[in-house]
Amino acid sequence: MNIPSQITTLIIGIAVTLISLWYGQNHGLMPVAASEEAGQVDGLFNTMMTIATGLFILIQGALIYSVIKFRRRKNDQTDGPSVHGNVPLEIVWTAIPAVIVLILSLYSFEVYNIMGGLDPMASHDHHSSQLAHHQQMSTDEQDVDQSLIAFAPSQGQLALGLGASPKTEGQEASLTVDVMGLQYAWIFTYPDTDIVSGDLHIRVNEEVQLNLTAMDVLHAFWLPQFRIKQDAIPGRESQLRFTPTKLGDYPIICAELCGSYHGAMVTRLYVDTPEDYQAWVQEQLLASVDKPEETIALNPAQMSDSEFLAPYAQEMGIDSQTLKHLDHSHHESGTGISELNSSSLP
Amino acid sequence: MTTQAEQQESAQNTGHVVEKQQRRWQDYFTFNTDHKVIGLQYLVTSFLFSFVGGALAATMRTELATPYSDLVSPEIYNKLMTMHGTIMIFLWVIPAGAAFANYLIPLMIGAEDMAFPKLNAVAFWMLPPAGLLLLSSFFVGAPEAGWTSYPPLSLISSQAGEAIWIMSLLLIGTSSILGAMNFLITMLKMRVPSMTIHQMPLFCWSMLATSALGLLSTPVLASALILLAFDLIAGTSFFNPIGGGDPVIYQHMFWFYSHPAVYIMILPFFGVISEVLPVHARKPIFGYRAIAYSSMAISFLGLIVWAHHMFTSGTPGWLRMFFMAATMLIAVPTGIKIFGWCATIWGGKISFNTSMLFGVGFISAFLIGGLTGVMLAAVPFDIHVHDTYFVVAHLHYVLFGGSVLGLYAGFYHWFPKMTGRMVNETLGRIHFVMTFLGLNLTFLPMHELGLLGMNRRVAMYDPQFQTINILCTAGSYLLAAASLPFIINVLWSLNRGTQAGRNPWKALTLEWQTTSPPAIENFSEEPILWAEPYDYGIDTYSVDREQQVEELLAEVKADAG
Amino acid sequence: MQSSAIDEAKIALNYHHEPEAAEHHHGHPDFRMLGVAVFLIADSMTFLGLFVAFLIYNLTVPEFPPEGIELELLLPGINTLILVSSSFVMHKGQSALKKNDVSGLRLWFGITALMGAMFLGGQLYEYSHTGFGLTDNLFASCFYVLTGFHGLHVSCGLGLILFVLARSLKPNHYSKESHFGVEAAELYWHFVDVVWIVLFILVYLLPLV
Ligand code: HEA
Ligand code: HEA
Ligand code: CUA
Ligand SMILES: [Cu+2]
Repeated sequence: MNIPSQITTLIIGIAVTLISLWYGQNHGLMPVAASEEAGQVDGLFNTMMTIATGLFILIQGALIYSVIKFRRRKNDQTDGPSVHGNVPLEIVWTAIPAVIVLILSLYSFEVYNIMGGLDPMASHDHHSSQLAHHQQMSTDEQDVDQSLIAFAPSQGQLALGLGASPKTEGQEASLTVDVMGLQYAWIFTYPDTDIVSGDLHIRVNEEVQLNLTAMDVLHAFWLPQFRIKQDAIPGRESQLRFTPTKLGDYPIICAELCGSYHGAMVTRLYVDTPEDYQAWVQEQLLASVDKPEETIALNPAQMSDSEFLAPYAQEMGIDSQTLKHLDHSHHESGTGISELNSSSLP
Repeated sequence: MTTQAEQQESAQNTGHVVEKQQRRWQDYFTFNTDHKVIGLQYLVTSFLFSFVGGALAATMRTELATPYSDLVSPEIYNKLMTMHGTIMIFLWVIPAGAAFANYLIPLMIGAEDMAFPKLNAVAFWMLPPAGLLLLSSFFVGAPEAGWTSYPPLSLISSQAGEAIWIMSLLLIGTSSILGAMNFLITMLKMRVPSMTIHQMPLFCWSMLATSALGLLSTPVLASALILLAFDLIAGTSFFNPIGGGDPVIYQHMFWFYSHPAVYIMILPFFGVISEVLPVHARKPIFGYRAIAYSSMAISFLGLIVWAHHMFTSGTPGWLRMFFMAATMLIAVPTGIKIFGWCATIWGGKISFNTSMLFGVGFISAFLIGGLTGVMLAAVPFDIHVHDTYFVVAHLHYVLFGGSVLGLYAGFYHWFPKMTGRMVNETLGRIHFVMTFLGLNLTFLPMHELGLLGMNRRVAMYDPQFQTINILCTAGSYLLAAASLPFIINVLWSLNRGTQAGRNPWKALTLEWQTTSPPAIENFSEEPILWAEPYDYGIDTYSVDREQQVEELLAEVKADAG
Repeated sequence: MQSSAIDEAKIALNYHHEPEAAEHHHGHPDFRMLGVAVFLIADSMTFLGLFVAFLIYNLTVPEFPPEGIELELLLPGINTLILVSSSFVMHKGQSALKKNDVSGLRLWFGITALMGAMFLGGQLYEYSHTGFGLTDNLFASCFYVLTGFHGLHVSCGLGLILFVLARSLKPNHYSKESHFGVEAAELYWHFVDVVWIVLFILVYLLPLV
């Protein structure tokens, strides 16, 4: 190799590195990061973006270069050089990816550990057997309360979801909320205050623990701005523990296909100041004293879809007409809770 | 029972009669045991289904052009989505891989046919009924639980459709197990005596890996489906929490098959690319053994990474770490291939016919899918993007940008061999350009959608995502339009294409030594290996006239004799 | 024609590649036996899937099997003995054939078929006396599906044996040199046998621990 080509290689190498590093930090693809965990995940993602950009430029560059440089000239019927391989080169391109993925694994492991994924007590996996004795999952309010009890944590070993990070291991989160997913809504129960609500309020900069479960089918609790997600599995408990860092309200999205209106299973998460949070709690407590039967739409089977979806319609940008349309089509099919009850029991 | 000698004699007699025979078009609609007929049957069937799957995709994309469910109801949308995924995977890409395997393996190794020709035909003839059965579910309410059919949802929605889906998949699964048996034994036992396993074309190596995967993983899908069927039809509760079952076990069993299935879908096309690139770049494949063994490594690793689809479901933390590391490791053997291919065309003399364009397009698009795959393997990041459009983008880059572009590369490469006619290059190039642009326009923006917060499998979404979605929809129309030049080209070339001759690409693998299309018994006499499969550029001796091939053959034979 | 899976003409054509293969032939399994073996590998994965699912239930589900469900061991124990010994009986049949003794083959295969039928009968009897139904609970479902799926295999194996028996009535169909059907049926039967032993340990013995 002569010197000029080494210099070009060097220049290309530096340029690729610089571009990758720059793009890895400035891709702007992620939404706001509103929790401590989000910062960690974004750091990992930026690293992976840097590596991916580098590899992308390198390989696409090689392809484009070959495509231009090594075209067969007109009337050239000869073959290319008979090169069958180059062992040192092959070792290099085996070893480099191996090292990269090793580093990525370790980095991910670290991030996951900080996020609390390896907390052995993350969750007390509670198996569904008790449900077996539960003859009917009736939807009137009393029975729902019973089924909530049936989902109470018991002593299991499997850790599901994100638990305490090593820093806070063994401590209780400052706020615990029980989350129940059902077609097609999230229901939040605050054990300390007995508030039951359709949206989630938490206090900024204080660790929250969500205990997730589901009533009918699989759902997944996703907070895009917090970069966390966990399936809610009927008959099992999983948990998510995180610390919000930014005031505001954020979407809560169901990420696991759960039926026709899976796409409409959206609600809001409010990250409040302690004062606002307290005010909200008061409001809720008053409301539940006033008219207890309206505390929560725990009774979707008796609601039509449009009634049921109305609270979410605004956020989804669904106008009333669409809702009517939904109502119409859904009634013919009926994948509602009522069908679940009648069809899945022997 | 006839004696051995009699048997042989009668066989030779029939062989003689057969030699005189010509393939008639009717043969393609019968239970024919010729592997070439079966290969084409697979190919055409799979393409027919691809149009159905594509039409479903186009409908879905039209619905997704607006954030509201205005074209179809969300329920119908879920049916379209489920059927799209199922058809594309089980009725297009997997059978198309089997098509190439059937057509090429015996030719490439110099055999007369597959090891078990009748079994081969049986395997094929399970496919059309299975496909029609699946489509028939539209009349009773198509399944709507996604191609993954996770219980409990799959147990309570569209039960009749779901039952049909299970039956259909059981049939397809059985068919691919029988196919895999055949490929494996044919390659191991029926190579021409002079061909060692290290002289097999790389397509065969990739099929070895694919068949092994198919044999070991497909049966587990069958057991998952059997249990699911009992839950659905008989009312047991293996996977139903009401009754004490565990839905997560289904996920494990399903992905134990379906992760390897993604390699069943890509490995044959890795093989195709390893054939296409050296021929059109006129250069030996770079690192034959590395590429051959990396297929094996991929297939082994592919068996132990399934739970990376379940990082947010019921997998314990430490297990997630194991599956993460194992998944990432797959980047190493795949990288060996990608770099090997780049090095193959580097310094070659590349002719840009359609096949080569698709070949290079394959590397370019698959690379993107592979890189996002490694990102997905990182648990903390996957927790964010699981079940979002980021995954949809990944899966289409590897499946469309990978498998399908590879499929087209192979199609254009072997079209002359299969039909005896050349394709129209202009139409072919138009097909490539439209496909490649359409692919990137449709699926590149989906990465951003997923990262920003759009979940998959939804008919209605947050209006903030509409702009990007319109891009995707426009791209899908471009893709739909791209199928026009393709269809026209195929129909035109079948009738009007110039005669191909036996070896239009001057390729060295055995299938090019026989006539195009090959005679019924493949080779008029036992083929002779007169070169390694990728010995391009040994001497710049040009083998452009057919005569010379013949002469060369005679020479080698004289030497050998 | 010994089996349905293969086109004789093609095999012969194959030998035409390698003329000396005909000499190699006797005693060696040609690749039809390999085919059967490969198929059985795939089939064993089906069972593996079911077994692992059973094991996971066994580990994670509290009360598995639930109270009140107890499996009778005597009858299945006898059944196990019958099935296991039938494998040896069957092997005697093949050995007989190796000495060109076709009537020996018929005798031993006949006994095997009888034993297989006894096994199936025993299983049906057991089904009708378990006292629990398919959908009663998870353990019951596992029990029926696992043993039933195995029973299906036993029935197929029985079918194969009867097929071989029928074929052996034709003069000169099986001989010392040509016995693919015999070997295939035997291999399949051994496979079914081994699967049963695993199944017996899992379903009948494990819950006792
Ligand atoms: C042809 C099909 C195919 C192929 C080949 C792949 C290849 C890979 N896939 Fe993909 N995948 C799918 C089809 C496929 N996938 C489908 C259909 C789904 C969704 C299923 C569903 O839920 O519906 C999915 C989903 C999926 C997930 C789950 C996402 C989720 O649901 O949350 C994950 C996670 O780990 C993953 C990872 C990978 C990896 C690591 C590879 C690797 O094999 C990629 C390896 C390739 C490269 C890495 C590029 C080349 C390498 C180099 C240039 C070397 C240097 C590179 C590095 C050092 C990074 N895939
Ligand atoms: C090989 C596999 C493959 C291929 C090739 C494709 C091709 C395409 N796919 Fe698909 N896709 C999957 C496999 C594949 N897909 C899988 C596995 C899923 C997941 C399913 C699930 O979640 O369960 C999925 C999901 C999926 C989604 C997400 C659905 C959701 O989550 O809500 C979307 C959305 O845009 C999409 C779009 C497309 C588009 C636009 C194409 C285009 O490339 C298609 C272009 C082709 C055409 C448009 C055909 C053109 C021909 C005609 C139009 C002629 C019509 C002729 C007649 C009617 C006779 N696909
Ligand atoms: Cu709940 Cu999707
Ligand atoms: Cu996978």
